Amino acid sequence: MTIREMQRVLNAQFLYGEELADLDVQFVFSADMMSDVLAYGSKCSVLITGLCNPQVVRTAEMLDIVCIIFVRGKMPDENMLALARSKSIAVLATEHYMFTSCGILYENGLRGGA
Amino acid sequence: MSEQLTFTYTIDGNDFTRAGEASSSVKNKLKMLGVGSDAIRKVAIAMYEGEINMVIHADGGVITVSVSDNDITMVLADKGPGIPDISKAMQEGYSTAREEVRSLGFGAGMGLPNMKRFTDEMHIDTELGKGTTITMKVHL
Repeated sequence: MTIREMQRVLNAQFLYGEELADLDVQFVFSADMMSDVLAYGSKCSVLITGLCNPQVVRTAEMLDIVCIIFVRGKMPDENMLALARSKSIAVLATEHYMFTSCGILYENGLRGGA
Repeated sequence: MSEQLTFTYTIDGNDFTRAGEASSSVKNKLKMLGVGSDAIRKVAIAMYEGEINMVIHADGGVITVSVSDNDITMVLADKGPGIPDISKAMQEGYSTAREEVRSLGFGAGMGLPNMKRFTDEMHIDTELGKGTTITMKVHL
């Protein structure tokens, strides 16, 4: 599934990274605790989270994650988006809750890393 | 690469938003040196957890990263409060972090276990009231 397809099925806003929209992704990790993302998400290329601070982008960077999806209507600020831009990490935002977002992506063929 | 390369970073203990900049810089440097992506990811995760720990618990510190033909060595030295019980601190889920730290996505008691999980060697040298030095190696 591409980032653009994820955006469509989640009815999400593209906050950064339209040029990355055709990247193909397979594995997704979802958590609000960044330590859990670091511990268990290292095989994933998409991060779904409701946490909204610069360390989310840093965590994604360390794991070579290509797309962050903010759920529950969380909106990253300009500093976070600038950081994501500098690391070429696409950023989406959806109003869906985390469970619903994960369910929609799972239904569309994406899987967890383990 | 025949000689050892060393990078040193001073970590600001007062600015959580900047935590991770040193790890990010090391990640980029290792990429430019042509280090394999698996090793880079291990170093990045372990160092980032260590960097966050320094900001959360120790008011900053100094990180030295050395790259040789055989391994990457990270030495994280702080003058913080020290770790009273290392075996407890190594248990997943055990945390002494403040609630505000948890609200930032850390302090779940995964920092030290993650550092061990993603490195090939880890040694903790700590003294209460004096500080902690953690040495980690990732083999190449």
